[in-house]
Amino acid sequence: MVVTKRIVLHFPGRLVERPIISRLVKDYDLEFNILRASITPEQEGLMVLELKGNQGEYDKGVEFLLKAGVKIQSLSQDVTRNEERCTHCGACVTVCPPGAFRVDAKTRMVIFDNKKCIACGLCIPACPPHAMEVHF
Amino acid sequence: MAKTIAEINEKIKAGQAVVFNAEEIIEVAREWGTSRAAKEVDVVTTGTFGIMCSSGAYFNIGHSQPRLKLGGGRAYLNDVPAYTGLAAVDLFLGANALPDDDPRNRVYPGEFNYGGGHVIEELAAGKDVKLVATAYGTDCYPRKRLETWINIKDLNQAVLFNVRNAYQNYNVAVNQSDKTIYTYMGILKPKLGNANYSSAGQLSPLFNDPYYRTTGIGTRIFLGGGTGFVAWQGTQFNPSVPRTEKGVPKEGAGTLAVIGDLKQMSSKWLVGTSVQGYGCSLTVGVGVPIPILNEEILQYTTVTDADILAPVVDYADAFPNLKPEILGEVSYAELKSGKIKIKGRDVPTASRSSYPKALEIANTLKDWIKSGRFLLTEAVEPLPGAGSGVAQRPLKERPIEY
Repeated sequence: MVVTKRIVLHFPGRLVERPIISRLVKDYDLEFNILRASITPEQEGLMVLELKGNQGEYDKGVEFLLKAGVKIQSLSQDVTRNEERCTHCGACVTVCPPGAFRVDAKTRMVIFDNKKCIACGLCIPACPPHAMEVHF
Repeated sequence: MAKTIAEINEKIKAGQAVVFNAEEIIEVAREWGTSRAAKEVDVVTTGTFGIMCSSGAYFNIGHSQPRLKLGGGRAYLNDVPAYTGLAAVDLFLGANALPDDDPRNRVYPGEFNYGGGHVIEELAAGKDVKLVATAYGTDCYPRKRLETWINIKDLNQAVLFNVRNAYQNYNVAVNQSDKTIYTYMGILKPKLGNANYSSAGQLSPLFNDPYYRTTGIGTRIFLGGGTGFVAWQGTQFNPSVPRTEKGVPKEGAGTLAVIGDLKQMSSKWLVGTSVQGYGCSLTVGVGVPIPILNEEILQYTTVTDADILAPVVDYADAFPNLKPEILGEVSYAELKSGKIKIKGRDVPTASRSSYPKALEIANTLKDWIKSGRFLLTEAVEPLPGAGSGVAQRPLKERPIEY
C-alpha cells in the first residue's frame, strides 16, 4: 500500500552535515518533497518533508531516521488553531497556498484541514486575531 | 396595523415577544407573507462581528496620592500610548494605537502584534494592565511619575466609545498590480489573485434598516457582549449614495457611533486584532434590534445576500489614490459562493467579517429579548436620512504660504 505522509524532522547538530535524506531514496525507494528546511544558529536542522512510498518501506525509512538520531513529529501536531481565538472570519482561506482552510457552505464556519497543511507559516501573521500557532 | 415600541416592550416584559434573527425572517416572510409577518413579528435581530478600526475606550483611573495630572503629560497602557489631552485622570485609548518601539512597517510587512485593541481586549477580560505615566507637575497636582497595575474593576469608569462601527456596506478589495499588497482589507495577491470582502451581508444591522427608520440616537444595542447605545451617526456617515430599488446602498453609506460600559462587556466580543502590514485594531461585536412597527420596516429586514451589491475596488491604485473608479459590482451571494467574476476571470473570495459570529450575536440578542432582559428604546433623534444632503467629503487641501 502506498502512503503519503507529512512529517517534521529535527536534526541534532552532529547530523546536519551528513547526507540522510538521500538514503531514504536509495535504500527505501521513498519519494520526498521538501516543504521547508532551516538550520538554527545552534546548528540544529529542521525539515518539513512529504514522504511517499510503500507502507513497509516507509516504516523502515522512519526507523532508519530514528536510529540515526533524527526526531520525528507528524506535521499535523505542528500547526494548530487556537479555537478560542479563531473568529471564523475566513481571512485565511485565500492566503493558504495548499487550501487547508475552507468555509463550510452551510454554517460559514472555517474548517482547518491540517492534513493539507505544508507548514509554510503564511497564515500565522495573516490571521487577524492571531489564532494560528506553529510549534516547531 | 402599526405597532409602537411601547407595545412591543409590553410583550417583551410579558415574555411573549415574537423575535427572529435577520436570516430567519427571510423564510418567515416568504411563508407567512409580509402582511401577516409584519403583524405577528415584533422584533428582528441583526449582528455583525468584524474589524472596526475607529474604536476606542476612555477611562477614569481615580486620583493617586499625591495627585498627578495626566492631562498634557504622557501615559502608556501595556506600553501602548493613550491620549492625555483630557483632565487629570481621564484617558482615551484608540484601537489603532501602537507602542512607541513597535517596528511598524520598517520590517515590511509589519506584524503589529500588540496595540490599543489588544489592551481593550485584556481590560475586558479582567486582566491587570500596566499604567506608566509622566506629568509635568503643578502646585495642585505635584506628582510627576506613576507606575502601577490597574484593573477594570477598580476604574471609576471604563467606557467603550467607537466613533465609527457597523458600516452599512463595504468595498470588495482586489489588487490589479503585479506585486502582493498588504492592506486593511487583508493580503491581496497580484493580478486579481483574490478578493476580500467585509460585511455580514443580510445579517448586518444597517442592511436591515437601510433608511434608518428605527435605528437612531439612543437605540439600545448589543455591544461587545454587553449592552450599549447608538450615540450618534458614525463618522464618514454618507447616506446619499446610490441605492438599489429596495433601498440597499451600493457602497459605504451609513455608520454608527456606539457607546457602552466596558465593564459589562466581554473579551469574546472585543478581540484585539493584527492586520499584517497595516496596523492594530479591534474586532467588535454589534447587534441592533429592529422593532417591526409596520410592513415597510418588515420588508426591509427580509433583504437577502442576493439583493446586496458591493463595489469591487483596486487597492493597488484606485483606493490609495482616492480615484472613484470601480471594477464592477457583485452581490454578497456571489461573494459567499467562494469566487466572483472580474474582467471575465474567476477570482477566489475571502471574508474579513465573521458570519457565524454575527449569527451568534443576532441569536444572543434574540434570546435576551425573548427572556425579557433587553427592552427596546425609542430613538431620541433620527440619523440623517438619504435625502438629508449629508455627504462624506474628501479633504480640501489648501497650501500654507510661508
